[in-house]
Amino acid sequence: MHPVLKLVAQRLALSTLLLLAASVLIFAGTTILPGDVAQNILGQSATPESLANLRKELGMDQPATTRYFNWLFGALQGDLGTALTNGRDIVESLSGRLKNTLFLAFWAAVVAVPLAIFLGLLAVRYRERWPDKLISAVTLASISVPEFLIGYVLMYYVGVKLGWAPTVSTIYDSMSLGEKLNAIALPVTVLTMVVLAHMMRMTRAAILNVMQSAYIETAELKGLTSFQVIARHAFPNAIAPVVNVVMLNLAYLVVGVVVVEVVFVYPGMGQYLVDHVAKRDVPVVQACGLIFAAVYIGLNMVADIVSILANPRLRHPK
Amino acid sequence: MSDKLLKVENLKIGARIYPPGEKPRDIDIVHGVSFELEKGKVLGLIGESGAGKSTIGLASMAYGRGGVEITGGKVWVNGREILGTSLRDLRKLRGTEVTYVSQSAAASFNPAKKIMEQVIEASLHQGKFSKKEAEARAVELFAKLGLPDPEKIGDRYPHQVSGGQLQRCMTALALCPEPDLVVFDEPTTALDVTTQIDVLMAIKEAIRDTGVAALYITHDLAVVAQVSDEIMVLRMGDMVEHGTTDQIINNPVEEYTRDLVSVRSTQHDGKPPTDNPILTVENVTARYKGTNFDVLHNVTMELHPGQTLAVVGESGSGKSTTARVITGLLPPREGKIHFDGRDLSSDLEGRTRDDLRELQMIYQMADVAMNPRQTVGTIIGRPLEFYFGMRGAEKKKRILELLEEIEMGPEFMDRYPAELSGGQKQRVCIARALAAKPKVIICDEVTSALDPLVADGILKLLENLQKIENVAYLFITHDLATVRAIADSIAVMYQGRVVRYGPKAEVLEPPFDDYTDLLLSSVPEMRLGWLEEVVGNRKMASAGN
Amino acid sequence: MMRIPPAAMIGLFFTGLYFFMAIFAPLISPYPMTEIVGDVWEPASSEHWLGTDNIGRDLLSRMIYGGRTTIFIATAATILSFSLGSILGFTAAVVGGWVDQAMSRFVDLIMSIPTLIFALVVLSVMPVTLLILILVMGLLDSTRVYRLARAVAVDINVMDFVEAAKLRGEGRRWIIFREILPNALSPLVAEMGLRFIFAVLFVSTLSFLGLGVQPPNADWGGIVKENKDGIVYGIPAALVPAVAIATLAISVNLVADWVLNRTTSLKGGRG
Repeated sequence: MHPVLKLVAQRLALSTLLLLAASVLIFAGTTILPGDVAQNILGQSATPESLANLRKELGMDQPATTRYFNWLFGALQGDLGTALTNGRDIVESLSGRLKNTLFLAFWAAVVAVPLAIFLGLLAVRYRERWPDKLISAVTLASISVPEFLIGYVLMYYVGVKLGWAPTVSTIYDSMSLGEKLNAIALPVTVLTMVVLAHMMRMTRAAILNVMQSAYIETAELKGLTSFQVIARHAFPNAIAPVVNVVMLNLAYLVVGVVVVEVVFVYPGMGQYLVDHVAKRDVPVVQACGLIFAAVYIGLNMVADIVSILANPRLRHPK
Repeated sequence: MSDKLLKVENLKIGARIYPPGEKPRDIDIVHGVSFELEKGKVLGLIGESGAGKSTIGLASMAYGRGGVEITGGKVWVNGREILGTSLRDLRKLRGTEVTYVSQSAAASFNPAKKIMEQVIEASLHQGKFSKKEAEARAVELFAKLGLPDPEKIGDRYPHQVSGGQLQRCMTALALCPEPDLVVFDEPTTALDVTTQIDVLMAIKEAIRDTGVAALYITHDLAVVAQVSDEIMVLRMGDMVEHGTTDQIINNPVEEYTRDLVSVRSTQHDGKPPTDNPILTVENVTARYKGTNFDVLHNVTMELHPGQTLAVVGESGSGKSTTARVITGLLPPREGKIHFDGRDLSSDLEGRTRDDLRELQMIYQMADVAMNPRQTVGTIIGRPLEFYFGMRGAEKKKRILELLEEIEMGPEFMDRYPAELSGGQKQRVCIARALAAKPKVIICDEVTSALDPLVADGILKLLENLQKIENVAYLFITHDLATVRAIADSIAVMYQGRVVRYGPKAEVLEPPFDDYTDLLLSSVPEMRLGWLEEVVGNRKMASAGN
Repeated sequence: MMRIPPAAMIGLFFTGLYFFMAIFAPLISPYPMTEIVGDVWEPASSEHWLGTDNIGRDLLSRMIYGGRTTIFIATAATILSFSLGSILGFTAAVVGGWVDQAMSRFVDLIMSIPTLIFALVVLSVMPVTLLILILVMGLLDSTRVYRLARAVAVDINVMDFVEAAKLRGEGRRWIIFREILPNALSPLVAEMGLRFIFAVLFVSTLSFLGLGVQPPNADWGGIVKENKDGIVYGIPAALVPAVAIATLAISVNLVADWVLNRTTSLKGGRG
């Protein structure tokens, strides 16, 4: 087997294993830790009988390993159980919300990725000059600012004072794409700002690293133009680290979605998760946790695989 | 100035440096250097690190690396002044009229592109040849430079060929566009000595056959003597001496040049072995953890009290691994280490404090061998404290004695390693080893990272200390000149085996085994015509077979 | 005389100010924290410098007490994550072998789940108290400190001066505390600043989501939550604590940056 295929297969297997381990961790986190789900649901005044009944209903009378495997096999077959609070099928409630969340994350990525790469290149081009310094300062500020601050500042000034965009991002299936995009304008802006600085800075570092290689000097000493140096020699080597940066930041974006959805009351998975954590609805929390972990692990895996595919030493072994 | 290909007049080069936590400041690297070069001639630029030789070489392409900037003077190439011209004109010059061969071909080739594509790129870009012509010329150059399978090697990626081959590909890259001048920047320094000779010969023949002029930059006078018509000696950005190769090698005028020429001529009369070796390596076979092949095979050698055993070999020969086995860092699979009449435990944990004390080690890179957060006093004082329980005034007195032994003053006690020069750092490492009052010191390439004159000083110091302290050295090196200067006996290693072993006089006397012959004959000698002589002998020998 | 760059000066001033207010909150706060002293969302006035909150409590007093809570939780979590992460990270690097493998793989696993999501999962079954918050945050964040400490120590551990110490026969303690630690200090100190910021943002986020500090107590994140409904009516009370979080985080960042630069330029160079 070609070594690249072998490495990619290894990555896939490793990620599957990681996801499996993560599912154990999520399940264990919600069951082994002290804290009685039944007690939490029914409150302190519950009678012993009603507690016992609920425990049985939840399958709590069975050992934890049995419950884990039941849950896992259910999840593999697309059955994540029912929510404790309203008795509805979790998969059914989730699918629409997952779609909304991905919709939001997708548009944030569409805006943020090209912008970040462009600004990253700009920072390299004007290294140690004012555009670069400005970008550093903005980065410093942005990693220090909570997502909800950006959210509320935008909501207050752009939404309320200027009235340019809706302050609450409600969307339904019957809305047209244009209406939907208008509704999510503010959350997309917030998410973009949250990942932009980081992505920009990492892009800058990745490209600088390539630009400082000896082979770039060789290309310059061949008398090539700046454009040729970048297009022929820097770009093919920079693409892997940049894709890596993008993937890592998309993984970060998926988490940022949780807070932003709560700020803008957006009907996505993040808000759904936060609601049910407060209600201590364990099956929903487990399901959401698993999905978030899967997306996160998946994006990290893609980043790894891209690095492998782009490495000429692996693609063309001795 | 019609036939002057390159004319440099009062060239001044500066750089802006950024010391951490301080304001950036400008420093001068080259202060007013002038020279001329005719068509088809080779000028060697020689000097120690910091002499400014690479910077001058790149200035002939009006290029400053990193923050380096040409601050004054004039440079003419083919009669045109190039420092004042536009970047557009410079691009026409670079890659066609003047090309560059760097020290590390491995870093200078783009890992993502095939060799051929990179070799012909400049010719195509400048419109000098069609793709077909350029490829034909590249193949011809590959053949001329002695690369295997010249038709096909261009289809490979840089990581698919060896270091010596890639260095030759880099030379082909530089020669392909038929330049008037090639700047060779230490093209053989990163190579093993037996590979160096082939590349050197290939470069020399290519220069001769194509009639190109060259600036040949190196720190090794013996190497540059083989390829250049003239030599210019540089020191700290100033020209020291400029003359024909014959004059510089045989009649140097300046004292500094004389020192450089005579640096390798230190001789040491080998002492005969004694009956009781202090250290014996017996049939050692070893491999690294997690690997399935042996890096040492049945290695045996003896070191006698107060003497020096030189372990010589190229990279990958197993000489440093032998040191790791002796120190206990790598327990051998088979074999034993005897030390001063007792068996040493094979791993570090099993050794007594006296075992550790009596067997000290000095490293190649002195700057990473010392904790940057400790002062010289702490570094030298710690073994005193640790092995002998010395404290306070007694310890201080001993530290000062040791500083005196390594010819450094008491004022160094409170300095940090970063404030010392390369030679001083290595001296402090020697003092740290001596502080333990060892019977054996393992010296792992201790002079390889140093400039020749500084290295010479360290060797002389080691030799003096041996007389005073009667300590034995196991001296690991790839440099045969160092071996001649210091060894009593020699072990030649090749691919994990000792291929030749004995007292110095025997090892260096014919008849040789094949490898030792190759190794010894590959060491550049400081005389004209050496390269042709060796290559000629080898051709005769292989014709005879 | 030590020269302090203006950016670090500003950072030091605000960091100092916030810590001072946190420590002496009961002395400087004009009103008790939970007492209703006015109307809902009164604008700023001479009695109430920052106005009142969603049920008529003095916003400035709540901010001062909220800062105390935020800074206390963040500091405690940072101390926990830092000591645990760096000790385990150093140990893993120096001991190596299966100990290192086991700890590193476990940390990889924890880090494969986004921190916020993991915290939410755990908090869905745990009672939300200050101690639990500090433990959850500190333990989760110690994985990052572990990775950094281990990476730095592994780099230093292969240096010749550490090998020289091992060959001299020095014990593990000397190697960790005298050879490795002094050289690992500056990246770790800078990291400490970052971890503190992260803890501030994290506890604020949790409280904002309603899963951190519980009413009637509040940290800054909680005050944002209480007053967020005012935003759509054009009442900016929720922005006050949000701005406080941001200024604290930026100030600490400026200080950490300065400390990092200063320690790398010490004699002995090489950070």
